[in-house]
Amino acid sequence: MAMPTKECMLRMYEEDHHLEDYQGSIPRWCNGCGDNAILAAVQRLCRDENLRPEKMVFVSGIGCASRFPHYMKTYGFHGVHGRALPIAEGIKLSRPDLHVFVNTGDGDCCSIGAAHWIHAIRYNMNMTMVLHDNHVYGLTKMQVSPTSPKGLRSNTTPRGAYLEALNPLTVTLGVQNVSFVAQAVDWIPEAVYAVISAAFHHKGFSFVRIIQRCPEFLPKLWEPWLHDPDKTLLLTHENGVQYSASLTKVYKNGRRHDPSDIHRAREIASTIDPLPVGILYRNAGVPCYEDLREGAELRTAAMIRAGLEAELDKFTVWPDSTEQPSAGAARAAARATE
Amino acid sequence: MGETLTAARPEGAAMRAARAEATVKPATELRECVVEIISDSGEGAQRCGQSFGSIAARMGNGIWTVEIIPAEIQPPARSIAGASGNRIRIGSGQVKNGGDGVDVAVAFNEQVLLGRVHAGELKPGCKILLESMWRTHSDPEIAAAYTATYDKLVADGYKVYEIPLERECKPLVADPRRGKNMFVLGMLCSIFSLDLKLAREQVRLTFRKKADNVVKANLALLEAGASWAEASLDFKYRIPAVRAKEPQIVVNGNTALALGVLASGMEICAMYPITPATSASHYLSEVFERVGGIVHQAEDEIAACAFAVGASYAGRCAVTVTSGPGYSLKQEVIGLAVMCEIPLVVVNVQRGGPSTGQPTKGEQGDLLAAMFGSHGDAPKVVMAASTIEDCFYSIITARKIAETFNMVVVVLSDSNLATSQQPFPRPAFNEAWLAPPIDQSPIPAGAKPYDWDPVTGIARRFIPGQPNGMHTLTGLAHDRESHVAYDPYNNQEAIRHRSLKLAALQKTLKPPPIFGDPEGDLLVIGWGSTRGAIEEAVEKLRGEGKKVSSMHLRFLQPMAPGIDAAMRRFRRVMTIESNWADHAEDRLIDATNRRFSALAMLLRARYLVDVDCWSEVTGQPIKPGTVYDVLSRRLAAQAGG
Repeated sequence: MAMPTKECMLRMYEEDHHLEDYQGSIPRWCNGCGDNAILAAVQRLCRDENLRPEKMVFVSGIGCASRFPHYMKTYGFHGVHGRALPIAEGIKLSRPDLHVFVNTGDGDCCSIGAAHWIHAIRYNMNMTMVLHDNHVYGLTKMQVSPTSPKGLRSNTTPRGAYLEALNPLTVTLGVQNVSFVAQAVDWIPEAVYAVISAAFHHKGFSFVRIIQRCPEFLPKLWEPWLHDPDKTLLLTHENGVQYSASLTKVYKNGRRHDPSDIHRAREIASTIDPLPVGILYRNAGVPCYEDLREGAELRTAAMIRAGLEAELDKFTVWPDSTEQPSAGAARAAARATE
Repeated sequence: MGETLTAARPEGAAMRAARAEATVKPATELRECVVEIISDSGEGAQRCGQSFGSIAARMGNGIWTVEIIPAEIQPPARSIAGASGNRIRIGSGQVKNGGDGVDVAVAFNEQVLLGRVHAGELKPGCKILLESMWRTHSDPEIAAAYTATYDKLVADGYKVYEIPLERECKPLVADPRRGKNMFVLGMLCSIFSLDLKLAREQVRLTFRKKADNVVKANLALLEAGASWAEASLDFKYRIPAVRAKEPQIVVNGNTALALGVLASGMEICAMYPITPATSASHYLSEVFERVGGIVHQAEDEIAACAFAVGASYAGRCAVTVTSGPGYSLKQEVIGLAVMCEIPLVVVNVQRGGPSTGQPTKGEQGDLLAAMFGSHGDAPKVVMAASTIEDCFYSIITARKIAETFNMVVVVLSDSNLATSQQPFPRPAFNEAWLAPPIDQSPIPAGAKPYDWDPVTGIARRFIPGQPNGMHTLTGLAHDRESHVAYDPYNNQEAIRHRSLKLAALQKTLKPPPIFGDPEGDLLVIGWGSTRGAIEEAVEKLRGEGKKVSSMHLRFLQPMAPGIDAAMRRFRRVMTIESNWADHAEDRLIDATNRRFSALAMLLRARYLVDVDCWSEVTGQPIKPGTVYDVLSRRLAAQAGG
């Protein structure tokens, strides 16, 4: 693979970026939609990290959450339902110099795109994925989603959802090569920012689930958690997230959790009451697919020519049979170095 | 009653060789010959056949080899359905297809041979060289089956030679089952008067990754087979060859595709395993990294296509290689690439369909899916390779078109090309095949991501990393700024410009050459792997004074200029294809409900010419003799009418 451009370009001057540098068109999400909280946190992160907008790509699928790239003033790719991850992987493999984010909803990720989700965890490519989990299909108007609570009455389950909800955290933590799992809720902006920031800084596939309210179709679902701070379990650790005093004053139910402990992480992940918020798991030691596939040499025309000629030699019938394939290879090599 | 040959008692190799030297058998000169070598799978008939073809090619003969593949990986031994091997057609000049019936068949047991007999692949009176060990097999049922088959074949007029392969190989190799193939190779070299020196080189090349003693054992088997045939068989052929002056490449279509990917400078191939496309990816996986490329085996067909789209979007044109069912799965993402104007090369090595169909058999059933697949108006370029050489160059051309027009280019091959070998001139590498480095220059102020040229529809593409080019691509309807736009004006404008690109490409294409005279009684139009069979039949008919010509389309979408005019210079036009067309003579079929084969339908619709068609979907390559018969009847009917 060719040399990443980041390694051959020097920053000649310091750039200063403002929030407006990352703000695309005006969001068209409903008032009170959790997507707004995620957008605000991400734009803040870009500014704080002083990221160059042209070096960022936000990839999404289809759904309310997947409108996300339109509201960023960066590169974006709003693709087809469920396929944001493989598109993002193609981008990252061909351009490791770009910061790649994936914004996806519970239908996009956990239903139609579930296969890609599992395999994205295995590839562990260096990108941040935010699962905007509002537990319902919103764009298509209130159908049951894989993360909808059992019994939810929706347009396709008027007598209540038949199945237990899928837990995206335990699923992710169950896949080989998992390297980063975090969770936050849209109504605690500080936590949303903290986990997305930690995800951005993690080298590998960072899976962030943001539990969010759908004011249109499920306005009451998380009300008990909103009214009772003790139903939220703040995960803290010196290797995890530290919260402000003002936050911990309200959310008193905290627990020290070492993000390197996957067994404990799986246990914590399986509860929703109290609902864990913070980093559940982090392992910086998992190799990234793009690093495993990166070639050692600079890709030049001479290299391609030499490689092709060597292959052609294998299959060549020379007019003079005394000329051996090796002679051809030597000739090709000579040509390549001309 | 066929003639049989009782094998001579065992004798020393030296003695046999001496005898072979002493008597130089006269060889009958042939213009061409079709040979098949068939065995249970795992017995090496394919390797034997490929080596035989390569040696003949090195002699300067024209060859076309066809793999005979059972559908299962380990079919039961000695079964009719288990025939595995190779067909090799050798000729004095260029050979363009696998030919009609077999002249010489070598079979490792009588059951696999029966598979070929039942399929009607053997010419009447064909010479059969049959492993004789089964006659005295300890299992009486096997021995009886052998004897019965043998008697039947002889009664049916085949010339059966019983060959003691097992007995002759035993002294030379521990497991004769694994060595017979090189013995047979030696036999064939003797029968066809091929240069044993070249054969030895070929054996060394074939086993280059193996230990020395393996190479030696196989060389010994080769020599033994040659001496045995020289001493024991009563026939010998010679097919005069003109050695090529330029170096030739001998590969199958899938390897040629992979070499094309290498030569095109593409850097990423995203794929998912599927027959019969996978062997291209196997070979590419072995060699692509040496030129800095990556083969990514995705979790499924959709992911493979999406991965390629992502890579292409980010600046490195990618290819995804698949077959029919995989192509169906990719359709939605292909539509996304069309909508977002991302260059992408999609290779579809067609197989029998619909559904799982016939994975190892050929068909040209995906033309309309390639052209019209994906919902909505999704114009893409569709090319079809018609020779092995074409498989190589089509990929290079496809990549260039994809990047020039920001379009999806579908390259159609099929399982006949995928597994057939035919020599072609060694390509001379051209640096212009490669793409320039990824553009990371700043986008000028005021430029828009879809600044469609009003005439050609082409817009400059912004690549992530380019300052000032930030925008969000979307599969939704969009305007020139790439903003979501549902208004009537913008939607129609975007569709118009995406469509115009096909016309812009069409203006650059040359009229397809006509094989034969530019006017006459009948013009046959084809596409893809049927080319060799069509041209051979046309050539034969023209030799008989018939006014028939043919034309083979490389571009199916857009169609090159000049086709219309060419068709109108002939009294009648028809296509020969390997996709379904209703038979006009079926009771319910009439002029208003007949389904035409794919290309015929397209030509009728586009040019308002009454194009007829003939097609066959047997899974087998269409034979030149079949085309000859069809065209003869058609010409006779035309003359009568």
